[in-house]
Amino acid sequence: MLGRRQFIVRTAVASAFAAAAPYVARAQGGPIKIGEINSYTAIPAFTLPYRNGWRLAVDEVNATGGVLGRQIEVISRDDAGKPEDAVRLAGELVNNEKVALLAGTFLSNVGLAVSDFARQNKTFFLAAEPLSDAITWAQGNRYTFRLRPSTYMQAAMLAEEAAKLPARRWAVVAPNYEYGQSAVKWFKTLLTAARPDVQFVVEQYPSLGRIDAGATVQAIAAANPEAIYNVTFGADLTNFVRQGNTRGLFERRAVVSLLTGEPEYLDPLKDETPTGWIVTGYPWDQIDTPVHKRFAESYRAKFKDYPRLGSVVGYETFRAIAAAIGKAGGADAEKLVGATRGLKLDSVFGPIEFRAIDHQSTLGAFVGKTAVRDGRGVMVDWRYADGRNYLPPDGEVRKLRPQDT
Amino acid sequence: MSVLAVRDLAKSFGGVQALAGVSFEVAAGKMQAMIGPNGAGKTTCFNLLDGQLRLDAGRVYLAGTDITGLPTRRIWRLGVGRTFQIAGVFASMTVAENVQTVLLSHRRRLAAFWPRVADLYRDEALDLLAQVGMAEQAERSCGVLAYGDVKRVELAMALAHSPRLLLMDEPTAGMAPGERMALMSLVAGLARAREMAVLFTEHDMDAVFAHADRILVLDRGRLIADGSPAEVRTDARVRAVYLGSDAVAEAG
Amino acid sequence: MEFVAVQFLNGLASASSLFLVASGLSIIFGVTRIVNFAHGSFYMLGAYMAWTLATRLSAGPLGFWGAIIGAALAVGVLGAALEVTILRRIYRAPEMFQLLATFGVVLVVEDLALLIWGPADLLGPRAPGLRGAVDIFGQRFPEYELLLIAIGPLVLVLLWLLFYRTRWGTLVRAATEDREMAAALGVDQRRLFTAVFFLGSVLAGLGGALQLPRETINLNMGFATVVEAFVVVVVGGLGSVPGAYLAAFLIAELHAFGILVFPKITLVLIFLVMAVVLIVRPHGLLGRPFVGLPASVVSPAAVLRPSSPAARWVGAIGFVALLAAPFALGDYALTVATEIAILVLFAASLHFIMGPGGMVSFGHAAYFGLGAYAAALVASRLAAPMVAGLFVAPVVAGLAGAAFGWFSGRLSGVYLAMLTLAFAQICWSVAFQWAELTGGDNGILGVWPPAWAAPAAAYYYLAVALSLSAVLLLRRAIRAPFGYALRAGRDAPLRAEAIGIDVAATRRIAFAVAAGSAGLAGGLFAFFKGSVFPTYLSIPRSVDGLLMVLLGGVNSVSGPVIGAIVYTGLGEQLVRFTDYWRLAMGVAIIALVLAFPEGIAGFAARLADRRRGAPAEDAR
Repeated sequence: MLGRRQFIVRTAVASAFAAAAPYVARAQGGPIKIGEINSYTAIPAFTLPYRNGWRLAVDEVNATGGVLGRQIEVISRDDAGKPEDAVRLAGELVNNEKVALLAGTFLSNVGLAVSDFARQNKTFFLAAEPLSDAITWAQGNRYTFRLRPSTYMQAAMLAEEAAKLPARRWAVVAPNYEYGQSAVKWFKTLLTAARPDVQFVVEQYPSLGRIDAGATVQAIAAANPEAIYNVTFGADLTNFVRQGNTRGLFERRAVVSLLTGEPEYLDPLKDETPTGWIVTGYPWDQIDTPVHKRFAESYRAKFKDYPRLGSVVGYETFRAIAAAIGKAGGADAEKLVGATRGLKLDSVFGPIEFRAIDHQSTLGAFVGKTAVRDGRGVMVDWRYADGRNYLPPDGEVRKLRPQDT
Repeated sequence: MSVLAVRDLAKSFGGVQALAGVSFEVAAGKMQAMIGPNGAGKTTCFNLLDGQLRLDAGRVYLAGTDITGLPTRRIWRLGVGRTFQIAGVFASMTVAENVQTVLLSHRRRLAAFWPRVADLYRDEALDLLAQVGMAEQAERSCGVLAYGDVKRVELAMALAHSPRLLLMDEPTAGMAPGERMALMSLVAGLARAREMAVLFTEHDMDAVFAHADRILVLDRGRLIADGSPAEVRTDARVRAVYLGSDAVAEAG
Repeated sequence: MEFVAVQFLNGLASASSLFLVASGLSIIFGVTRIVNFAHGSFYMLGAYMAWTLATRLSAGPLGFWGAIIGAALAVGVLGAALEVTILRRIYRAPEMFQLLATFGVVLVVEDLALLIWGPADLLGPRAPGLRGAVDIFGQRFPEYELLLIAIGPLVLVLLWLLFYRTRWGTLVRAATEDREMAAALGVDQRRLFTAVFFLGSVLAGLGGALQLPRETINLNMGFATVVEAFVVVVVGGLGSVPGAYLAAFLIAELHAFGILVFPKITLVLIFLVMAVVLIVRPHGLLGRPFVGLPASVVSPAAVLRPSSPAARWVGAIGFVALLAAPFALGDYALTVATEIAILVLFAASLHFIMGPGGMVSFGHAAYFGLGAYAAALVASRLAAPMVAGLFVAPVVAGLAGAAFGWFSGRLSGVYLAMLTLAFAQICWSVAFQWAELTGGDNGILGVWPPAWAAPAAAYYYLAVALSLSAVLLLRRAIRAPFGYALRAGRDAPLRAEAIGIDVAATRRIAFAVAAGSAGLAGGLFAFFKGSVFPTYLSIPRSVDGLLMVLLGGVNSVSGPVIGAIVYTGLGEQLVRFTDYWRLAMGVAIIALVLAFPEGIAGFAARLADRRRGAPAEDAR
């Protein structure tokens, strides 16, 4: 029985295949199947652009003859945001669909659940989006790699900027779950190390998706901080910004804000985008490297929409998989692990490498300031922060990651 | 010695005195009626006797043992059976299962998780049902019985633990006149045969005067008469309470 | 001091928002007794429709307020349509069954909203003339929040006038307090219910639309809101609109000031408040015991008959199929079968208290999750073997169930159900927050079975053996004296006490047994998935259990088994078959509800009875 998604991909594969290399794949024993799992119904704002991204990559790879002469076929599943469902679907993909490897996931706990499944079943898994440091460190394992910069890396990029600010009294607002807490923990650790004179005067931890923005803004204002470190995103961020703008929370205060420059989170703010926030993100309309331009144009042509950060993650995840299979000379898990360690790739953000030491890619993020142009939020004064510069020294990493992996 | 002795029972609800200083006794093997107009306090009195309500003052003795303030289920275990004004049976069980459940409770076997109820005390239950004329309907669901039949099942349930005292609140309400007499005759016969004391309330004066050995009359929470049917029938206060209707006199 | 005053105003603004949604829910529940999960979806639709209208209409005040009112009315019409087209057909089903249909509507609306408005969060325009802030005690306070503060009490007063100064309102109150009396007064129940659904949905739509200038409109706003609204309704007292305002006020203010002291309190505060209120005041702040509301929310069941020969054959064939499955199925199909076997036990454990016990639980996942965590902690922290984990799981969950039973002694009906929810959410927040022990939302990983049980077929046999034994024991208990004591307490509590049954103690034991069984299911699930997460004891899992029991038929011993198989199987198939599996699932649930208003097993039992020529009376 064909799933609808599977059907679409197969159709796309078939048409590309008919045009490009009619008989190659059959001669080589059929397509390479890749299992993909993500929270499509639970986090559609991020995962639907992500899906477009990987579809583009798969089409490109297949149009140029596939990998090792074989086409790539993706079988995609929705985990509905539940780790236990993701584990079941991982089993389905591996045992039923006989996929060669697994990829995807957005939520940290889903990513960790699938990574543990990968360890148990000795299946290669490339985690696309989950940010939790545990994926490559505390719970790291031989079979799991991660593309997107981790919580630590993103927090380190902002801590570097924060240390340059004169502010000493800091406020923190973060969603109350592992990501929010880790983002705060690393930021505090790194900023305090660079600037022993700072102190954190108030911390607010609203429930994810349920921020009581007015009360939270007032609670922060009452402590009268000089600067604010924000980790909220999505609906919480928008509500926080609205209340903060109206109540003047951000006036004469520096704000550094994680992920806010990503189009997924910046675009809904439109003309209410606060200006001058220091953020990590993706200024998709301003990057003019040839690799990125080609990506952005293909994306727009195919989906009649502009790329989001999720699109880049989806795109690069599957390009990395194709490269790893090519380097390994096959899709065997052990060979893939070997090939992915140290795998170098020319990504749309610049050259990246999957580190052998912790399986983390060095994909970075753009750090810049927010501004409003033509009634929408944009990033200005940005630079690309290469991920390799925002990871702890190797000695530290070895302590953070179990070494039997 | 009397089976039930009640001393100075009192209960009020939010300032309204429902019962005040009521004392009486019920003797073994006797049918004792409690009558009075609506709101006289009959059902309240029953609810106090079997522990469903907490009393404000007074004492209740069962065969000399003080049972004042005990919870309903303890009073039941001491030998007090009860039927309700609006019949209470277990609608999701068959007629036989209703009685079996009571028998199981009496033998303290309701905590068992293993045996099948279908096999337990079935003959005994059918025996009790035969006594109330419900044996043929033993397999029917209690939820679909005619009301008069429900009352009979309830009686069988109330008899199942061989009570020393049976409290019956309007046992014949909702029954056809012919059925009423039959049921009351049945109860009277059982009371004598089992040496069981019966205290019942009843609106049908024919039934009361035909079957009661003794009659209590309540009015607005007070006991205004306590005597044989003949004594009650001629009591001036009782006649005044049943003002105008002459129901009491006619019933004779 | 100024800060306290302004924070108080913040609380008032939140209270108004909460109250608007909750008031509509309270009215609907009060009159129809339907646990309307779709209320949160209507709230979300109100916000989305207001967004569409406001961005289409003129930018002036007329356009903006026109959009708000228009959206509220449109949602009202949708609510009335839901009542007329679906709910009206199933009023004769056991109470709580309608919950199933409204949950189907939730799933349908979620996917339709995604199709219509897309995945991205939407930011609505601000209210014309109310974009700015005013100075209050030297602090800037948004003008729109002031308006919200006023709207809550205004709606309260309008509703009061409607209920106490109009004939229609008198009918609604009569129907809230005593259905039979309302019927005696000659109330046309159908029209009343439609009207009530319209009014309640208008309030939900208005609540959502009024968030337009305040919050982003997104696809997740419905479910979280309906849970909070239910808490407000129950804390205030079912059917009491002033109670709903009081509860909203209490919760919002506790929240506004609570975050100053415990910034992480938001996770659990609302459920803590509910637990305390229900334990101290079993009918909520301003609620009264309903007249005519049975102690149980499940209608009296049919008589338990011995299994029909046909059912025995089905059972025997099923048993052989279970044994033979590993020889016929692939690894994945086996893992699905394993998952279903575990969830059958979960559903059967919930059915044990819901069916024979007549006690609805909205938080049964608590025991499933506690069992899973107990097993995982024993395995990961103490490095104990799996068998020890599987032994500890039901014990810990059973003890938790017994403890809960002790607290819930005086409660029944929906109040009891909501206390179970509060307890489950408190457990969930502990699992979520106590990261040192439980790993927080990242969970506990690496809880895999030992080598002998690791192959799919081996774990399948283990899960089936334990699950099947436990389910058969529960079934046996229902036919044993204990089950009769439990049903006696459900059918007629006073009569049960009057034949020597300690109804409260019986229910406590039933709760502990059900919790222990759910805990065993949770323990099996933990080793099956290899990991444990707070989602194991979250609301959606509790809801899953509820749906399985209702779908199968609460009055049938086989109901939970069939419900779990159909529900899990359907979900597993649909999620692989289509991107819009929620839409498909929602439509499927609604279709099943309309086709089998007694649940699937209830329907099958009636068919069997008819064939057997048994008296139709038993099948109801």
